[in-house]
Amino acid sequence: MLSQEEWTAVLLSLRVALCATLFGLPPAMGAAYVLARFRFPGRALLNTLVVLPLVLPPVVTGYLLLVLFGRRGPIGHALESCCGIVFSFRWTGAALASGIMAFPLVVRAIRLSIEAVDRRLEAAAATLGANPVVAFGTVTLPLALPGVIAGAVLGFAKALGEFGATITFVSNIPGQTQTLPLALYAYTQVPGGDAPTLRLTIVSVLLAVGAVAVSEWLIARLTIGDRQP
Amino acid sequence: MSILVEVALARGDFTLDVSIATENRVIALFGPSGAGKTSILDIVAGLSRAARGRVVIDGAVLQDTASGIFVPPHRRGIGYVFQEGRLFPHLSVRRNLLYGAWLRRRQRQLATLDEVTDLLAIGHLVGRDVKRLSGGEKQRVAIGRALLSAPRMLLLDEPLAALDDARKKETLPYIERLRDAFALPMIYVSHNRAEVERIATEIVHVAKGRIVRPPTK
Repeated sequence: MLSQEEWTAVLLSLRVALCATLFGLPPAMGAAYVLARFRFPGRALLNTLVVLPLVLPPVVTGYLLLVLFGRRGPIGHALESCCGIVFSFRWTGAALASGIMAFPLVVRAIRLSIEAVDRRLEAAAATLGANPVVAFGTVTLPLALPGVIAGAVLGFAKALGEFGATITFVSNIPGQTQTLPLALYAYTQVPGGDAPTLRLTIVSVLLAVGAVAVSEWLIARLTIGDRQP
Repeated sequence: MSILVEVALARGDFTLDVSIATENRVIALFGPSGAGKTSILDIVAGLSRAARGRVVIDGAVLQDTASGIFVPPHRRGIGYVFQEGRLFPHLSVRRNLLYGAWLRRRQRQLATLDEVTDLLAIGHLVGRDVKRLSGGEKQRVAIGRALLSAPRMLLLDEPLAALDDARKKETLPYIERLRDAFALPMIYVSHNRAEVERIATEIVHVAKGRIVRPPTK
């Protein structure tokens, strides 16, 4: 079975990935909705910003986070002095890094599912008295829900495996920022690390397969009866 | 009762420039498909914006480009029955019917669920899934859903066009009952002469985005 240190890494990873997914979901839905439904100046820029973490080297993203969200960075400093939130070298920083790395995938999945919702249904909701926010919540979102869940699970799996940006931003501190992939990496670098490496690899595979299975199950449940015959 | 629709818009090759002013409560827009009938309804409902013009229903100014007024669709209180129904596929018949009523739960209602389901004979469908409705049933539910949002006016866009002749014959009397049961202004769009003559007191002929004189028989 897993050693104390390995358990710590696995549980920390789950906490980091869960936070990254939960806090990333609302802005991802907002960005997906705006990109799916509106044409406006600056749309291309927003789109570029959203996909940037996917195309930048993760180390660069991590370094930019360090510059912006470090204790002396402009955003990091402001957040610490106003709300006492610290990201650098904390597990919260790992959550931020993996959330940002997962963001493009989540937005993409949600955006595709929103684009698949018939806009004429939103128009019908408007004529019945629903303002755009209510129409989104009662018509668009329920119809796009399978895509939202798929996006969330995909984001969770991605956050669970995030490596480059996390290690650059918050380093590899056991018990603090050492998530599963970081622990795995550390074991590959020391003599006699083969057994823990293998165990953590198995855990990673199981978590990934589990995440996919859960999302498939949820999507199947939610789509029953929602498709036209 | 008064309906004033004086609007113009251009979209690619198609231009719309119409002026309708009437005191009649139930009017029909009659003309071939592509004439711009649905475009007029969309402007009245606020689903699209006229480039210039005015829409005034019973004294309420819904759009006036000269003074920059544009009331968004969700504040217009205009019930719209679409050609293809547009029932919400993720909601039951009951929740479709009550959607608008639920949104305005603290305000005046035009009719209760029972009155509407009796009028349209859809009481037995209330517990059903919208996917198990026939075409004619779907349109009756769509009419009921619009009524239960307590609209100030009803727009019906070829509500029978998607139905076969038997279903048309079966559904038309419900529209007449609807017309007689509520004192609502209505604009009824169709390209079927018999239909508009049965429903409307005034028939407005539309062709190529313009109001035309009725062709002499």
